[in-house]
Amino acid sequence: MTSDNHPVAPALSRWNIRRESIVGWLFILPALLMYAFFVLVPFLFTILYSFFRWNGVGPMTWVGVKNYISVLQVPNLVGTIFNAFWLVVWFSFIPVGLGLIVASVIYRVATGRFGAVARTVLFLPQVIALVAAGIIWGWLLALPGLINQMLSAIGLDALTRAWLGDFNWALPSVGMVGIWVLLGFCIVLLQTGMGKIDPSFYESARLDGASWFQEFLAITVPLLRHEIGVCLTVTVIAALAAFDIIWVTTAGGPGNATSVPGIQIYILAFTQRSIGLASALAVMLMALVVIVILPIQWLTRESAQ
Amino acid sequence: MKVAQSELWIGRALLLTLMAFTILPFISIFMTALHPSGTVPSGLDWPPDPQWINFVTAFKMAEMPKLLASSIFIVLSVVPATLVISTMAGFAIGLLRIPGSRVLLFLFVFGLTLPFQGIIIPIYFLERAIGIYNTRFAIALPLIALYMPFAVFWMRAHFVNMPSELSEAARVDGATSWDLFWQIQVPLARAPIASLGILTSIWTWNQFLLCLVLVENPTQRTMAGGLGAFQGHYANNVPLLCAGTILILVPTLIVFILFQRQIITALLQGAFKG
Repeated sequence: MTSDNHPVAPALSRWNIRRESIVGWLFILPALLMYAFFVLVPFLFTILYSFFRWNGVGPMTWVGVKNYISVLQVPNLVGTIFNAFWLVVWFSFIPVGLGLIVASVIYRVATGRFGAVARTVLFLPQVIALVAAGIIWGWLLALPGLINQMLSAIGLDALTRAWLGDFNWALPSVGMVGIWVLLGFCIVLLQTGMGKIDPSFYESARLDGASWFQEFLAITVPLLRHEIGVCLTVTVIAALAAFDIIWVTTAGGPGNATSVPGIQIYILAFTQRSIGLASALAVMLMALVVIVILPIQWLTRESAQ
Repeated sequence: MKVAQSELWIGRALLLTLMAFTILPFISIFMTALHPSGTVPSGLDWPPDPQWINFVTAFKMAEMPKLLASSIFIVLSVVPATLVISTMAGFAIGLLRIPGSRVLLFLFVFGLTLPFQGIIIPIYFLERAIGIYNTRFAIALPLIALYMPFAVFWMRAHFVNMPSELSEAARVDGATSWDLFWQIQVPLARAPIASLGILTSIWTWNQFLLCLVLVENPTQRTMAGGLGAFQGHYANNVPLLCAGTILILVPTLIVFILFQRQIITALLQGAFKG
Protein backbone atom coordinates (compact mmCIF):
# COMPACT_ATOMS: atom_id res chain seq x y z
CA MET A 1 0.00 0.00 0.00
CA THR A 2 1.48 3.34 -0.98
CA SER A 3 0.06 6.66 -0.10
CA ASP A 4 0.12 7.95 -3.69
CA ASN A 5 -3.08 6.35 -4.88
CA HIS A 6 -4.90 5.86 -1.65
CA PRO A 7 -7.43 7.89 0.34
CA VAL A 8 -4.60 8.63 2.78
CA ALA A 9 -3.34 11.16 0.29
CA PRO A 10 -5.20 14.08 1.89
CA ALA A 11 -3.35 13.26 5.11
CA LEU A 12 -0.21 14.37 3.33
CA SER A 13 -1.44 17.81 2.42
CA ARG A 14 0.93 20.65 3.10
CA TRP A 15 -0.94 21.71 6.22
CA ASN A 16 -0.74 18.21 7.64
CA ILE A 17 2.93 17.90 6.92
CA ARG A 18 3.58 21.16 8.68
CA ARG A 19 1.42 20.07 11.60
CA GLU A 20 3.21 16.75 11.80
CA SER A 21 6.58 18.46 11.95
CA ILE A 22 5.44 20.79 14.72
CA VAL A 23 3.99 17.91 16.69
CA GLY A 24 7.16 15.94 16.01
CA TRP A 25 9.34 18.66 17.45
CA LEU A 26 7.13 18.76 20.53
CA PHE A 27 7.71 15.03 20.96
CA ILE A 28 11.46 15.51 20.74
CA LEU A 29 11.61 18.63 22.89
CA PRO A 30 11.81 17.08 26.41
CA ALA A 31 14.65 14.73 25.42
CA LEU A 32 16.45 17.44 23.50
CA LEU A 33 16.19 20.00 26.32
CA MET A 34 17.55 17.59 28.93
CA TYR A 35 20.32 16.50 26.60
CA ALA A 36 21.23 20.05 25.65
CA PHE A 37 21.21 21.34 29.22
CA PHE A 38 23.18 18.57 30.92
CA VAL A 39 25.34 17.24 28.07
CA LEU A 40 25.78 19.58 25.10
CA VAL A 41 26.20 22.77 27.11
CA PRO A 42 28.66 21.16 29.57
CA PHE A 43 30.53 19.75 26.57
CA LEU A 44 30.98 23.27 25.16
CA PHE A 45 31.97 24.55 28.60
CA THR A 46 34.65 21.89 28.94
CA ILE A 47 36.15 23.20 25.71
CA LEU A 48 35.81 26.79 26.93
CA TYR A 49 37.40 26.12 30.34
CA SER A 50 40.32 24.38 28.63
CA PHE A 51 41.58 27.76 27.31
CA PHE A 52 41.67 29.40 30.75
CA ARG A 53 43.60 29.18 33.96
CA TRP A 54 41.01 28.98 36.73
CA ASN A 55 40.82 27.66 40.28
CA GLY A 56 37.02 27.38 40.27
CA VAL A 57 36.26 30.48 42.34
CA GLY A 58 38.58 33.37 41.40
CA PRO A 59 38.83 35.20 38.08
CA MET A 60 39.50 33.23 34.90
CA THR A 61 42.68 34.01 32.95
CA TRP A 62 42.84 33.38 29.20
CA VAL A 63 45.91 31.24 28.44
CA GLY A 64 45.19 30.05 24.88
CA VAL A 65 46.46 26.56 24.16
CA LYS A 66 48.90 26.57 27.06
CA ASN A 67 46.90 23.94 28.97
CA TYR A 68 47.09 21.60 25.99
CA ILE A 69 50.84 22.11 25.73
CA SER A 70 51.15 21.33 29.43
CA VAL A 71 49.14 18.13 29.03
CA LEU A 72 51.49 17.02 26.26
CA GLN A 73 54.68 18.07 28.09
CA VAL A 74 54.20 17.28 31.76
CA PRO A 75 55.20 13.62 32.18
CA ASN A 76 52.48 12.96 34.78
CA LEU A 77 49.81 14.13 32.38
CA VAL A 78 50.96 12.76 29.06
CA GLY A 79 51.76 9.56 30.95
CA THR A 80 48.05 9.06 31.65
CA ILE A 81 47.44 8.79 27.91
CA PHE A 82 50.17 6.18 27.53
CA ASN A 83 48.71 4.28 30.48
CA ALA A 84 45.26 4.42 28.87
CA PHE A 85 46.67 2.77 25.73
CA TRP A 86 48.44 0.17 27.85
CA LEU A 87 45.14 -0.54 29.50
CA VAL A 88 43.58 -1.18 26.08
CA VAL A 89 45.82 -4.24 25.79
CA TRP A 90 44.38 -5.65 29.03
CA PHE A 91 40.79 -4.46 28.84
CA SER A 92 40.35 -4.99 25.12
CA PHE A 93 42.88 -7.09 23.20
CA ILE A 94 43.09 -9.91 25.74
CA PRO A 95 39.34 -10.26 26.44
CA VAL A 96 38.47 -10.07 22.73
CA GLY A 97 41.32 -12.33 21.56
CA LEU A 98 40.88 -14.87 24.32
CA GLY A 99 37.11 -14.56 23.99
CA LEU A 100 37.30 -15.49 20.31
CA ILE A 101 39.40 -18.57 20.99
CA VAL A 102 37.27 -19.67 23.93
CA ALA A 103 34.00 -19.03 22.11
CA SER A 104 35.11 -21.12 19.16
CA VAL A 105 36.21 -23.99 21.41
CA ILE A 106 33.14 -24.05 23.63
CA TYR A 107 30.27 -23.11 21.38
CA ARG A 108 29.45 -26.70 20.51
CA VAL A 109 29.83 -27.73 24.15
CA ALA A 110 27.92 -24.96 25.84
CA THR A 111 24.45 -26.20 25.01
CA GLY A 112 21.42 -27.13 27.05
CA ARG A 113 21.33 -26.59 30.77
CA PHE A 114 25.11 -26.53 31.22
CA GLY A 115 25.38 -23.86 28.53
CA ALA A 116 22.72 -21.73 30.18
CA VAL A 117 24.38 -21.92 33.59
CA ALA A 118 27.79 -21.15 32.06
CA ARG A 119 26.35 -18.10 30.29
CA THR A 120 24.86 -16.77 33.51
CA VAL A 121 28.04 -17.33 35.51
CA LEU A 122 30.34 -15.79 32.90
CA PHE A 123 28.07 -12.79 32.61
CA LEU A 124 27.94 -12.09 36.33
CA PRO A 125 30.88 -9.61 36.53
CA GLN A 126 29.23 -7.51 33.83
CA VAL A 127 26.20 -6.83 36.02
CA ILE A 128 27.82 -5.87 39.33
CA ALA A 129 29.09 -2.36 40.02
CA LEU A 130 32.68 -1.77 38.84
CA VAL A 131 33.37 -0.34 42.30
CA ALA A 132 32.49 -3.72 43.81
CA ALA A 133 34.68 -5.50 41.26
CA GLY A 134 37.51 -3.17 42.23
CA ILE A 135 37.10 -3.77 45.95
CA ILE A 136 36.91 -7.56 45.47
CA TRP A 137 40.10 -7.59 43.40
CA GLY A 138 41.81 -5.13 45.69
CA TRP A 139 41.57 -7.87 48.32
CA LEU A 140 42.47 -10.75 45.97
CA LEU A 141 45.63 -8.94 44.86
CA ALA A 142 46.67 -7.91 48.37
CA LEU A 143 49.67 -9.49 50.07
CA PRO A 144 47.65 -12.11 52.02
CA GLY A 145 45.07 -12.40 49.20
CA LEU A 146 43.98 -15.31 47.08
CA ILE A 147 46.37 -14.72 44.17
CA ASN A 148 49.47 -14.94 46.35
CA GLN A 149 47.98 -17.84 48.27
CA MET A 150 47.55 -19.76 45.03
CA LEU A 151 51.05 -18.90 43.83
CA SER A 152 52.49 -20.18 47.10
CA ALA A 153 50.41 -23.33 46.84
CA ILE A 154 52.06 -24.24 43.54
CA GLY A 155 55.52 -23.38 44.81
CA LEU A 156 55.92 -19.95 43.26
CA ASP A 157 56.54 -18.06 46.48
CA ALA A 158 59.18 -16.02 44.71
CA LEU A 159 56.52 -14.33 42.61
CA THR A 160 54.25 -13.24 45.46
CA ARG A 161 54.05 -9.52 46.08
CA ALA A 162 51.60 -6.72 46.88
CA TRP A 163 50.50 -6.55 43.26
CA LEU A 164 48.73 -3.20 43.34
CA GLY A 165 51.60 -1.50 45.18
CA ASP A 166 54.29 -2.67 42.77
CA PHE A 167 55.42 -0.08 40.20
CA ASN A 168 55.83 -2.66 37.43
CA TRP A 169 52.86 -4.86 38.24
CA ALA A 170 50.17 -2.39 39.28
CA LEU A 171 48.97 -1.67 35.74
CA PRO A 172 48.77 -5.32 34.65
CA SER A 173 47.03 -6.08 37.95
CA VAL A 174 44.40 -3.45 37.32
CA GLY A 175 44.20 -4.88 33.79
CA MET A 176 43.45 -8.25 35.35
CA VAL A 177 40.32 -6.77 36.93
CA GLY A 178 39.31 -5.54 33.48
CA ILE A 179 39.79 -9.02 32.05
CA TRP A 180 37.62 -10.47 34.80
CA VAL A 181 34.85 -7.95 34.11
CA LEU A 182 34.95 -8.05 30.31
CA LEU A 183 36.02 -11.57 29.27
CA GLY A 184 32.67 -13.22 30.05
CA PHE A 185 30.81 -10.49 28.22
CA CYS A 186 32.98 -10.97 25.11
CA ILE A 187 32.65 -14.76 25.21
CA VAL A 188 28.86 -14.67 25.50
CA LEU A 189 28.53 -12.04 22.78
CA LEU A 190 30.87 -13.83 20.37
CA GLN A 191 29.31 -17.19 21.12
CA THR A 192 25.87 -15.80 20.32
CA GLY A 193 27.30 -14.57 17.02
CA MET A 194 28.76 -18.00 16.27
CA GLY A 195 25.34 -19.53 16.78
CA LYS A 196 24.20 -17.62 13.70
CA ILE A 197 26.96 -18.99 11.44
CA ASP A 198 25.67 -21.65 9.06
CA PRO A 199 27.08 -25.00 10.36
CA SER A 200 27.58 -26.19 6.77
CA PHE A 201 30.60 -23.87 6.51
CA TYR A 202 32.28 -25.89 9.24
CA GLU A 203 31.04 -29.21 7.81
CA SER A 204 32.68 -28.56 4.47
CA ALA A 205 35.84 -27.23 6.09
CA ARG A 206 36.10 -30.48 8.06
CA LEU A 207 35.55 -32.55 4.93
CA ASP A 208 38.41 -30.65 3.34
CA GLY A 209 40.53 -31.63 6.32
CA ALA A 210 40.86 -28.16 7.81
CA SER A 211 42.42 -27.96 11.25
CA TRP A 212 40.76 -26.11 14.12
CA PHE A 213 43.14 -23.20 13.56
CA GLN A 214 42.47 -22.97 9.81
CA GLU A 215 38.73 -23.09 10.52
CA PHE A 216 39.20 -20.33 13.07
CA LEU A 217 41.05 -18.03 10.65
CA ALA A 218 39.03 -18.79 7.52
CA ILE A 219 35.49 -18.97 8.91
CA THR A 220 35.06 -17.83 12.49
CA VAL A 221 37.00 -14.56 12.47
CA PRO A 222 35.73 -13.15 9.14
CA LEU A 223 32.11 -14.09 9.79
CA LEU A 224 32.20 -12.63 13.28
CA ARG A 225 33.64 -9.35 12.05
CA HIS A 226 30.68 -7.33 13.22
CA GLU A 227 30.58 -8.98 16.67
CA ILE A 228 34.32 -8.45 17.05
CA GLY A 229 33.79 -4.79 16.24
CA VAL A 230 31.14 -4.52 18.93
CA CYS A 231 33.39 -6.18 21.52
CA LEU A 232 36.32 -3.95 20.59
CA THR A 233 34.20 -0.80 20.77
CA VAL A 234 32.77 -1.60 24.18
CA THR A 235 36.08 -2.72 25.69
CA VAL A 236 38.21 0.08 24.21
CA ILE A 237 35.84 2.68 25.63
CA ALA A 238 35.98 0.85 28.98
CA ALA A 239 39.78 1.08 28.89
CA LEU A 240 40.24 4.67 27.71
CA ALA A 241 37.52 6.03 29.99
CA ALA A 242 38.39 3.77 32.97
CA PHE A 243 37.73 5.30 36.35
CA ASP A 244 35.80 3.25 38.93
CA ILE A 245 38.06 0.19 39.05
CA ILE A 246 41.24 2.22 39.25
CA TRP A 247 39.88 4.71 41.75
CA VAL A 248 39.04 2.02 44.31
CA THR A 249 42.07 -0.19 43.75
CA THR A 250 45.03 2.18 43.35
CA ALA A 251 43.64 5.72 42.85
CA GLY A 252 46.31 6.05 40.15
CA GLY A 253 49.26 4.89 42.21
CA PRO A 254 51.83 3.82 43.13
CA GLY A 255 53.29 7.10 41.91
CA ASN A 256 51.49 7.53 38.61
CA ALA A 257 51.83 3.90 37.56
CA THR A 258 48.10 3.40 36.99
CA SER A 259 47.02 6.98 36.48
CA VAL A 260 44.70 7.28 33.48
CA PRO A 261 43.00 10.41 32.08
CA GLY A 262 39.77 9.81 34.04
CA ILE A 263 41.62 9.69 37.36
CA GLN A 264 43.84 12.64 36.56
CA ILE A 265 40.87 14.79 35.45
CA TYR A 266 39.22 14.13 38.80
CA ILE A 267 42.36 14.88 40.81
CA LEU A 268 43.22 18.04 38.83
CA ALA A 269 39.71 19.44 38.98
CA PHE A 270 38.45 18.44 42.40
CA THR A 271 41.50 18.22 44.62
CA GLN A 272 44.07 20.50 42.93
CA ARG A 273 41.50 22.97 41.57
CA SER A 274 43.23 23.32 38.19
CA ILE A 275 40.01 23.52 36.21
CA GLY A 276 41.61 24.62 32.95
CA LEU A 277 44.23 21.90 32.89
CA ALA A 278 41.66 19.24 33.85
CA SER A 279 39.38 20.46 31.06
CA ALA A 280 42.16 20.31 28.48
CA LEU A 281 42.82 16.71 29.48
CA ALA A 282 39.06 16.00 29.29
CA VAL A 283 38.88 17.41 25.76
CA MET A 284 41.83 15.26 24.74
CA LEU A 285 40.23 12.19 26.28
CA MET A 286 36.99 12.77 24.36
CA ALA A 287 38.91 13.29 21.12
CA LEU A 288 41.00 10.20 21.77
CA VAL A 289 37.92 8.00 22.22
CA VAL A 290 36.45 9.20 18.92
CA ILE A 291 39.74 8.83 17.05
CA VAL A 292 40.15 5.25 18.23
CA ILE A 293 36.51 4.17 17.90
CA LEU A 294 35.77 5.52 14.41
CA PRO A 295 38.21 3.26 12.51
CA ILE A 296 36.99 0.23 14.49
CA GLN A 297 33.39 1.02 13.54
CA TRP A 298 34.37 1.69 9.95
CA LEU A 299 36.41 -1.50 9.53
CA THR A 300 33.94 -3.86 11.13
CA ARG A 301 30.65 -2.46 9.90
CA GLU A 302 28.41 -5.01 8.25
CA SER A 303 28.18 -4.40 4.52
CA ALA A 304 24.39 -4.73 4.77
CA GLN A 305 24.06 -1.60 6.86
CA MET B 1 27.12 -31.94 13.49
CA LYS B 2 29.22 -34.57 15.16
CA VAL B 3 31.66 -33.37 17.77
CA ALA B 4 34.76 -35.39 18.54
CA GLN B 5 34.90 -36.73 22.11
CA SER B 6 38.24 -35.08 22.81
CA GLU B 7 36.97 -31.72 21.61
CA LEU B 8 33.94 -32.07 23.87
CA TRP B 9 36.09 -32.65 26.94
CA ILE B 10 38.56 -29.87 26.14
CA GLY B 11 35.65 -27.50 25.69
CA ARG B 12 34.01 -28.53 28.94
CA ALA B 13 37.25 -28.28 30.89
CA LEU B 14 37.93 -24.81 29.49
CA LEU B 15 34.43 -23.67 30.34
CA LEU B 16 34.65 -25.00 33.89
CA THR B 17 38.02 -23.27 34.40
CA LEU B 18 36.56 -19.97 33.26
CA MET B 19 33.54 -20.39 35.51
CA ALA B 20 35.87 -21.04 38.44
CA PHE B 21 37.88 -17.92 37.53
CA THR B 22 34.64 -15.92 37.62
CA ILE B 23 33.25 -17.40 40.83
CA LEU B 24 36.36 -17.77 43.01
CA PRO B 25 36.65 -14.04 43.82
CA PHE B 26 33.11 -14.10 45.23
CA ILE B 27 33.88 -17.17 47.34
CA SER B 28 37.07 -15.52 48.60
CA ILE B 29 35.33 -12.37 49.84
CA PHE B 30 32.53 -14.44 51.35
CA MET B 31 34.97 -16.52 53.41
CA THR B 32 36.94 -13.43 54.35
CA ALA B 33 33.77 -11.70 55.50
CA LEU B 34 33.25 -14.44 58.12
CA HIS B 35 36.58 -13.87 59.87
CA PRO B 36 36.73 -11.82 63.08
CA SER B 37 36.47 -8.12 62.38
CA GLY B 38 39.85 -6.37 62.22
CA THR B 39 41.92 -9.49 61.52
CA VAL B 40 43.81 -10.09 58.29
CA PRO B 41 42.94 -13.61 57.08
CA SER B 42 44.32 -15.25 53.96
CA GLY B 43 42.50 -15.35 50.65
CA LEU B 44 40.65 -18.65 50.81
CA ASP B 45 40.25 -19.92 54.33
CA TRP B 46 37.06 -21.05 56.07
CA PRO B 47 37.18 -19.62 59.61
CA PRO B 48 36.90 -22.02 62.58
CA ASP B 49 34.33 -19.71 64.12
CA PRO B 50 32.30 -17.94 61.39
CA GLN B 51 31.39 -14.40 62.42
CA TRP B 52 27.96 -13.93 60.85
CA ILE B 53 27.64 -10.85 63.04
CA ASN B 54 29.94 -9.03 60.58
CA PHE B 55 27.03 -8.74 58.18
CA VAL B 56 24.92 -7.11 60.87
CA THR B 57 27.73 -4.72 61.78
CA ALA B 58 28.35 -3.78 58.14
CA PHE B 59 24.59 -3.38 57.63
CA LYS B 60 24.50 -0.80 60.42
CA MET B 61 27.75 0.95 59.53
CA ALA B 62 26.95 1.33 55.85
CA GLU B 63 23.48 2.60 56.85
CA MET B 64 22.02 0.09 54.43
CA PRO B 65 18.32 1.01 54.83
CA LYS B 66 19.07 4.65 53.98
CA LEU B 67 21.38 3.65 51.14
CA LEU B 68 18.78 1.28 49.68
CA ALA B 69 16.05 3.90 49.92
CA SER B 70 18.33 6.46 48.29
CA SER B 71 19.25 4.12 45.44
CA ILE B 72 15.63 3.20 44.82
CA PHE B 73 14.64 6.86 44.89
CA ILE B 74 17.31 7.71 42.30
CA VAL B 75 16.41 4.76 40.04
CA LEU B 76 12.72 5.70 40.23
CA SER B 77 13.51 9.32 39.34
CA VAL B 78 15.76 8.35 36.44
CA VAL B 79 14.27 5.32 34.72
CA PRO B 80 10.60 6.24 34.11
CA ALA B 81 11.55 9.75 32.96
CA THR B 82 14.23 8.33 30.65
CA LEU B 83 11.80 5.82 29.16
CA VAL B 84 9.03 8.35 28.51
CA ILE B 85 11.07 11.14 26.94
CA SER B 86 13.35 8.87 24.90
CA THR B 87 10.43 6.84 23.56
CA MET B 88 8.68 10.06 22.50
CA ALA B 89 11.83 11.34 20.79
CA GLY B 90 12.60 7.98 19.19
CA PHE B 91 9.04 7.82 17.86
CA ALA B 92 9.23 11.29 16.37
CA ILE B 93 12.65 10.80 14.76
CA GLY B 94 11.83 7.29 13.55
CA LEU B 95 8.26 7.66 12.32
CA LEU B 96 7.20 11.26 11.83
CA ARG B 97 8.36 13.38 8.91
CA ILE B 98 10.29 16.19 10.48
CA PRO B 99 12.65 18.61 8.79
CA GLY B 100 16.07 18.34 10.39
CA SER B 101 15.58 14.89 11.88
CA ARG B 102 18.88 13.69 10.41
CA VAL B 103 20.75 16.50 12.12
CA LEU B 104 18.94 15.68 15.36
CA LEU B 105 19.85 12.02 15.10
CA PHE B 106 23.47 12.95 14.47
CA LEU B 107 23.39 15.23 17.51
CA PHE B 108 22.26 12.34 19.71
CA VAL B 109 24.65 9.80 18.13
CA PHE B 110 27.51 12.21 18.83
CA GLY B 111 26.90 11.66 22.54
CA LEU B 112 27.20 7.87 22.32
CA THR B 113 30.95 7.72 22.84
CA LEU B 114 31.19 10.67 25.22
CA PRO B 115 32.92 9.60 28.46
CA PHE B 116 31.23 11.00 31.57
CA GLN B 117 34.58 12.41 32.76
CA GLY B 118 34.59 14.67 29.70
CA ILE B 119 31.72 16.79 30.95
CA ILE B 120 31.71 16.22 34.70
CA ILE B 121 33.54 19.49 35.51
CA PRO B 122 30.97 21.86 33.94
CA ILE B 123 28.14 19.73 35.38
CA TYR B 124 29.61 20.32 38.83
CA PHE B 125 29.66 24.12 38.37
CA LEU B 126 26.26 24.11 36.68
CA GLU B 127 24.69 22.25 39.59
CA ARG B 128 26.25 24.58 42.15
CA ALA B 129 24.82 27.51 40.17
CA ILE B 130 21.27 26.15 39.99
CA GLY B 131 21.33 24.84 43.56
CA ILE B 132 20.86 21.11 43.10
CA TYR B 133 24.44 20.18 44.07
CA ASN B 134 24.52 17.71 46.96
CA THR B 135 20.94 16.51 46.47
CA ARG B 136 19.78 13.26 44.88
CA PHE B 137 18.70 15.26 41.83
CA ALA B 138 22.35 16.16 41.33
CA ILE B 139 22.80 12.53 40.28
CA ALA B 140 19.39 11.87 38.74
CA LEU B 141 19.02 14.81 36.32
CA PRO B 142 22.40 14.52 34.55
CA LEU B 143 21.94 10.75 34.36
CA ILE B 144 18.67 11.13 32.45
CA ALA B 145 20.46 13.45 30.05
CA LEU B 146 23.52 11.21 29.74
CA TYR B 147 21.29 8.25 28.81
CA MET B 148 19.57 10.22 26.03
CA PRO B 149 21.99 9.39 23.17
CA PHE B 150 21.71 5.67 23.79
CA ALA B 151 18.02 5.66 24.72
CA VAL B 152 16.85 7.77 21.78
CA PHE B 153 19.02 5.79 19.37
CA TRP B 154 17.66 2.53 20.81
CA MET B 155 14.00 3.56 20.55
CA ARG B 156 14.45 5.05 17.08
CA ALA B 157 15.88 1.72 15.90
CA HIS B 158 12.64 0.10 16.97
CA PHE B 159 10.27 2.67 15.46
CA VAL B 160 12.11 2.95 12.18
CA ASN B 161 11.31 -0.71 11.54
CA MET B 162 7.60 -0.37 12.22
CA PRO B 163 5.55 -0.68 9.00
CA SER B 164 4.26 2.70 7.87
CA GLU B 165 0.89 1.13 6.96
CA LEU B 166 0.10 1.00 10.65
CA SER B 167 0.45 4.75 11.09
CA GLU B 168 -1.37 5.49 7.86
CA ALA B 169 -4.31 3.28 8.76
CA ALA B 170 -4.61 5.04 12.09
CA ARG B 171 -4.48 8.45 10.36
CA VAL B 172 -7.31 7.46 8.08
CA ASP B 173 -9.33 6.73 11.18
CA GLY B 174 -8.62 10.28 12.28
CA ALA B 175 -6.06 9.53 15.00
CA THR B 176 -3.75 12.36 16.03
CA SER B 177 -0.01 11.81 16.48
CA TRP B 178 -0.62 11.76 20.22
CA ASP B 179 -3.24 8.94 19.94
CA LEU B 180 -1.07 7.10 17.45
CA PHE B 181 1.81 7.25 19.89
CA TRP B 182 0.10 6.20 23.12
CA GLN B 183 -2.56 3.83 21.82
CA ILE B 184 -0.80 2.05 18.98
CA GLN B 185 2.97 2.51 19.01
CA VAL B 186 3.77 2.37 22.72
CA PRO B 187 1.93 -0.93 23.33
CA LEU B 188 3.81 -2.41 20.37
CA ALA B 189 7.13 -1.13 21.72
CA ARG B 190 6.83 -2.82 25.11
CA ALA B 191 9.76 -5.18 24.51
CA PRO B 192 12.42 -2.56 23.62
CA ILE B 193 11.09 -0.25 26.35
CA ALA B 194 11.42 -3.05 28.92
CA SER B 195 15.01 -3.81 27.81
CA LEU B 196 15.87 -0.13 28.00
CA GLY B 197 14.36 -0.04 31.49
CA ILE B 198 16.55 -2.96 32.60
CA LEU B 199 19.70 -1.39 31.16
CA THR B 200 19.17 2.07 32.62
CA SER B 201 18.26 0.61 36.03
CA ILE B 202 21.51 -1.37 36.19
CA TRP B 203 23.61 1.56 34.98
CA THR B 204 21.99 3.90 37.52
CA TRP B 205 22.36 1.47 40.42
CA ASN B 206 26.06 1.05 39.59
CA GLN B 207 26.85 4.70 38.90
CA PHE B 208 29.90 5.90 40.81
CA LEU B 209 31.62 8.94 39.29
CA LEU B 210 28.59 11.24 39.45
CA CYS B 211 28.01 10.23 43.08
CA LEU B 212 31.61 10.88 44.00
CA VAL B 213 31.72 14.34 42.44
CA LEU B 214 28.20 15.65 42.96
CA VAL B 215 27.02 14.34 46.34
CA GLU B 216 29.10 14.47 49.51
CA ASN B 217 26.77 12.55 51.82
CA PRO B 218 27.04 8.79 51.05
CA THR B 219 23.46 8.09 52.12
CA GLN B 220 22.22 10.40 49.36
CA ARG B 221 24.00 8.37 46.71
CA THR B 222 23.41 5.14 44.81
CA MET B 223 24.58 1.77 46.12
CA ALA B 224 27.86 1.93 44.22
CA GLY B 225 28.54 5.45 45.48
CA GLY B 226 27.79 4.36 49.05
CA LEU B 227 30.14 1.40 48.68
CA GLY B 228 32.92 3.72 47.57
CA ALA B 229 32.51 5.76 50.75
CA PHE B 230 32.32 2.61 52.89
CA GLN B 231 35.63 1.48 51.40
CA GLY B 232 37.16 4.82 52.33
CA HIS B 233 36.28 4.26 55.99
CA TYR B 234 36.95 0.54 56.39
CA ALA B 235 39.82 -0.06 53.95
CA ASN B 236 41.90 -1.55 56.76
CA ASN B 237 39.21 -3.80 58.19
CA VAL B 238 39.15 -6.43 55.47
CA PRO B 239 36.46 -8.76 56.89
CA LEU B 240 34.07 -5.87 57.43
CA LEU B 241 34.81 -4.40 54.00
CA CYS B 242 34.08 -7.78 52.40
CA ALA B 243 30.85 -8.12 54.38
CA GLY B 244 29.75 -4.64 53.29
CA THR B 245 30.60 -5.40 49.66
CA ILE B 246 28.54 -8.59 49.76
CA LEU B 247 25.56 -6.76 51.29
CA ILE B 248 25.72 -4.17 48.54
CA LEU B 249 25.96 -6.89 45.88
CA VAL B 250 22.99 -8.89 47.17
CA PRO B 251 20.19 -6.79 45.59
CA THR B 252 21.99 -6.83 42.21
CA LEU B 253 22.55 -10.58 42.41
CA ILE B 254 18.92 -11.32 43.31
CA VAL B 255 17.64 -9.22 40.41
CA PHE B 256 20.18 -10.78 38.04
CA ILE B 257 19.23 -14.34 38.99
CA LEU B 258 15.51 -13.59 38.67
CA PHE B 259 15.76 -11.83 35.30
CA GLN B 260 18.97 -13.34 33.95
CA ARG B 261 17.70 -14.09 30.47
CA GLN B 262 16.19 -10.63 29.97
CA ILE B 263 19.24 -8.90 31.43
CA ILE B 264 21.77 -10.81 29.32
CA THR B 265 19.72 -10.26 26.17
CA ALA B 266 19.28 -6.58 26.94
CA LEU B 267 22.99 -6.05 27.64
CA LEU B 268 24.03 -7.89 24.46
CA GLN B 269 21.56 -5.96 22.32
CA GLY B 270 22.60 -2.78 24.07
CA ALA B 271 26.20 -3.40 23.05
CA PHE B 272 25.21 -3.78 19.41
CA LYS B 273 23.21 -0.58 19.37
CA GLY B 274 25.82 1.39 21.27
